[in-house]
Amino acid sequence: MRKKLIVLGGGTAGTMVVNKLHKKLDSQEWSITIVDKDNKHLYQPGLLLLPFGVYEAGELVKERDHFFPKGIEYIQAEIDKVDADSNTVYLVNGKTLVYDQLVIATGTTPHPDQTMGMDDAEIWRKSVFDFYTLPGAVALKDALNRFEGGRLVVHISEMPIKCPVAPLEFAFLADAYFTQRKMREKVEIVYVTPLEGAFTKPVCSKQLGYMLVERDIKLEPDFVIEHIDSQTKTMVSMDEREIPFDLLVTVPVNMGADFIGRSGLGNDLNYIPVNKENFLSTKYPNIFALGDASDIPASKAGSVAHFAIDMFTENFVEHLAGRPMTHNFDGHANCFIESGDGKGLLIDFNYTVEPLMGMFPLPIVGPFPLLKESRLNHMGKLAFRWIYWNLLLKGRWIPIPALMSMAGKKQATQKEGVDSHASN
Amino acid sequence: MPVIEIAGKPVNVNEEGFLTSYDEWNEEIARELAKQIEIEMTDEHWKIIKFLRDDFKTQGETATSRRVQTVGGVPVKEQFVLFPKKPAKKMAYIAGLPKPKGCV
Repeated sequence: MRKKLIVLGGGTAGTMVVNKLHKKLDSQEWSITIVDKDNKHLYQPGLLLLPFGVYEAGELVKERDHFFPKGIEYIQAEIDKVDADSNTVYLVNGKTLVYDQLVIATGTTPHPDQTMGMDDAEIWRKSVFDFYTLPGAVALKDALNRFEGGRLVVHISEMPIKCPVAPLEFAFLADAYFTQRKMREKVEIVYVTPLEGAFTKPVCSKQLGYMLVERDIKLEPDFVIEHIDSQTKTMVSMDEREIPFDLLVTVPVNMGADFIGRSGLGNDLNYIPVNKENFLSTKYPNIFALGDASDIPASKAGSVAHFAIDMFTENFVEHLAGRPMTHNFDGHANCFIESGDGKGLLIDFNYTVEPLMGMFPLPIVGPFPLLKESRLNHMGKLAFRWIYWNLLLKGRWIPIPALMSMAGKKQATQKEGVDSHASN
Repeated sequence: MPVIEIAGKPVNVNEEGFLTSYDEWNEEIARELAKQIEIEMTDEHWKIIKFLRDDFKTQGETATSRRVQTVGGVPVKEQFVLFPKKPAKKMAYIAGLPKPKGCV
């Protein structure tokens, strides 16, 4: 009898995992099954650009099974729960699957219902929008198009969120969008965050602080939302600050999949506690969580999933052979940041090294400048869609190492730190 | 990273004055740090700081405001009363732990 590997979730992480492991594992010994509730794979980085007319919805969706390797089993079904003690996955359709090894890659999802008033029918997707879902992004495109002026609030409910820098990019793109439509003076843009600022790391604060000022984007930091008054269209914080809005673009509380909560596998936000260097569950020796579904203290982003899975593949083979896992992940992330007007920035960092200045991937010649606006970085973001569908998902080689490199980076000096204080 | 003296003891801090070494913290240092940001420590304050210290030991990360509420038992609203305006940052500062961060 062949042993069974089951992968839950056929998104970015799940698809990469089955492609990598299909090549690594002996098919005489292992069968691979992947489970997802639908057959639509969404190119999530495109959701940021869709509201500004860069993409149509149809350009961002392809069939999931097109990206799975031949020879694995694909089950289209909703997951009810996992009983980790009996190694069993229960599906909503009543069927059960028994596994030897389980990989959970069911991502993170916005939950507007977690904030009182946010999903009131009177305002939800009428004047309050999310953009990390396809229906949200499509509705927002229409709302931006119709917007005649007033206060646009870009808001993060609570960390962690999927692609943490996207709301900031949204504010930059909105500034460029309304400038292009020659109505920027009619729009007040306010960026509202539960963190202490738009930038929280020393070198970024120092190098990028100008970006909000230059664009006349107002900042409301330390804003922890308590509720939204749908009648007056006002956000109210825990310390009773009020922010009225005409158009609210919010990132609702993000949570892992509901079945993780039902299965008792998650933390208070349904993320699965794992070892941050090898993604093995802290509770079960045959369950791994990859991509946004785990609780690792890295950005919830496709690039992190990509680098993580490069390391995981090697570790998993060692794990199956009963050897210690030796390919420790360092939390590497590499993200293009849109800054509007056909320009972008690039950041490259890990668990311990903050985003720094310099050139990427090669010293001096780059070609991509780090932490600096450039047209090339914007081109990089657009080109990534092709790379995603054609190389990344299929587990093909991409010339960026899984672990972060200091080559080309300028070390942060004491002077580059910001002079701020907890009481500020 | 600079070394400064707090409550008569040399400690390592980062550029924002946050302690960088878990084991260099003690209650006297906490009291001194609290004073610097104009917070008078009461039993309610200590309850949170002690929770954060213990939680960090097992989790390796500073607990979020949500976690202080759900696991530590102090509602977020109450955290704002005890540590006005910036509870997450102030709690971490006094507890000698890393502040909450985004990715940039």
